[in-house]
Amino acid sequence: MSESVLNSDKAMGRSPAESHSPKGDGMRGFMSSSRSDYLLVAVFAAAILTMPIWLAPIGAGYPDILQKFAIFGIFALGFNILFGFSGYLSFGHAAFLGTGSYAAVWMFKLLSMNALIAVGFAIIVAGVFALLIGYVSLRRSGIYFSILTLAFAQMSYNLAYSVLTPITNGETGLQISRSDPRIIDNFFGADAHRLRVPDFFGIELQGWPGFYFCAVLLILAFFLTLRIRNSTFGLMLFAIKSNQNRMNYTGFSTRPYLLAAFVISGMYAGLAGGLLAVTDPLAGADRMQWTASGEVVLMTILGGVGTLLGPVIGAAVMKYLEQIFSSFNEGVLHRTFDFLTPELQDIMVTITSPFVGEGWQLTLGLMFMLVVIFLPGGIMEGIRRISRGLRRDRRDDAAPPAHAGH
Amino acid sequence: MTSEILTIKGVSKRFGGLRALDDVNLNVRQGSVHAIIGPNGAGKSTLLNCLVGRIIPDEGSVTFDGGSLLGHKPHQINQAGIARVFQTPEIFGELSVLENVMIPAFAKRDGAFRINAWRRARERGAVREEAEHILEDLNLSDQRDQIVNSMSRGDKRRLELAMCLVQHPKLLLLDEPTAGMSRADTNNTVDLLKKIAERGITKVIIEHDMHVVFSLAETVSVMAQGTVIAEGSPEEIKASAKVQEAYLGGAHL
Repeated sequence: MSESVLNSDKAMGRSPAESHSPKGDGMRGFMSSSRSDYLLVAVFAAAILTMPIWLAPIGAGYPDILQKFAIFGIFALGFNILFGFSGYLSFGHAAFLGTGSYAAVWMFKLLSMNALIAVGFAIIVAGVFALLIGYVSLRRSGIYFSILTLAFAQMSYNLAYSVLTPITNGETGLQISRSDPRIIDNFFGADAHRLRVPDFFGIELQGWPGFYFCAVLLILAFFLTLRIRNSTFGLMLFAIKSNQNRMNYTGFSTRPYLLAAFVISGMYAGLAGGLLAVTDPLAGADRMQWTASGEVVLMTILGGVGTLLGPVIGAAVMKYLEQIFSSFNEGVLHRTFDFLTPELQDIMVTITSPFVGEGWQLTLGLMFMLVVIFLPGGIMEGIRRISRGLRRDRRDDAAPPAHAGH
Repeated sequence: MTSEILTIKGVSKRFGGLRALDDVNLNVRQGSVHAIIGPNGAGKSTLLNCLVGRIIPDEGSVTFDGGSLLGHKPHQINQAGIARVFQTPEIFGELSVLENVMIPAFAKRDGAFRINAWRRARERGAVREEAEHILEDLNLSDQRDQIVNSMSRGDKRRLELAMCLVQHPKLLLLDEPTAGMSRADTNNTVDLLKKIAERGITKVIIEHDMHVVFSLAETVSVMAQGTVIAEGSPEEIKASAKVQEAYLGGAHL
């Protein structure tokens, strides 16, 4: 079997139709070879692992923020499997993020501070939760599906504050404490009276180790997303997005496919939620609020819906802007504009101050509007346009005589 | 006597006060090409919609290949062996031509649902070969990697036909396969349909163009006002006074 695959690959490489086709790669790069996939993952891994170096010049070379890039990158990657691949827009994915966090903290309390156990449990619980919500929500499509998911997420948020207080610890949030049983840790004779931080077989996941733990999981999540996109399952999701009617008349039962996509993306969200708890062992209901669900929608659209890299880039850009703009205050603004006369300086500070600090979302809103209006395909479309432009320039440079006559 | 693959008995469908289908009876013989003609609003498309599960009739029975079709979902009916070409092509516009044909081939091979989230779709060699083969047959090989939205209307129709043929259906339903086509394109389509007639796939064709009907069909049913008013060979239908009346005068039945 593997040999025939190789042969067909070689045949494809030689086929003139492929090299001359006007839009050879399609919307998904379906025709890319498996070798270029591995190359992509390798480049991605290298870029993620060296982020501390190349992001240092813009002031993002410290573990706290890089960790956020990785975690929300995972969240957006998973969200994109549902929204980007199959076209179903969920407005309630924060419910799975929050569920993941609660599940992870419970593992810290009951079993062990080992992050792997916590993250694994977070994925499973979020997956089961997604199965329930998805089963009901997917009875409808389009805007009704979105509203249903939003309603379920808000219900979860309110339940976490009220009825489920024994599990969620209500407004205080779920925390670890010295008196927790931590059965596995205590069985192995760990010092029960010391409040520990989550670890990975002895490595405490604070600071840089915390970032690298999240980064490795992001790379694994990225690889899995790539496999899904190129698989038969991924092809079916894109086909559902393109024409669900035809899928039905072609003999596919589309709902199980959508439910599977929903559960997978819920599990990604659970993983992200678990990692939030790993880096800071505390879970609160505000993680489930609709603003958090909206955030992942923005990240995905900002980066590029349906693309592979877009959601990761969108998540990082958004978290970076949040960090930068929310840390600005009037003092910083005055220093920024200190090259102006004092009067002008005051005017500039008055104009710009609503856009920073507490009001940083005003800046985000403006940026989002600009991207949606001018780059509907998100940052990835911008990158594609630039690289296409560069390629054209190079071709023009290479063959000037052909155009000389005009 | 050849056996019947499709039997429609006493099928009626009302939309509010309108009787879209009124006691329709129709038999399609295994391996035949059966045309349904009739003026606009005669109920031809409604009848096709009943066959693929889009519309559920109020009364009557539809038997296909020994089993009832009623109460089944569109994907179950397709899995039972019925494929349909629509009046306006229903295809995957954002995907490539090859992908468009591979998807129905996967439906045939893997059934209505199977998760295969790891292996690359294009490395499913057998499915790919089948798809390439059909594209070759329908002269679409050159456009294999093109995005479907950028194709011409005629090519899109041919692609939809390829998507149905790759499944080797027992029954192929064609809803006005030449509507809006030029004379030349129509002739090409007729030739193509004749060519695939040799595969022995039973076909039901709805068509306005009499030239197409009379050059393809073995049996012709004439519908008017929701019911079948005449049935016979193309020659018989041409000679029938009743049919002349349905098309030329206002039919009062």
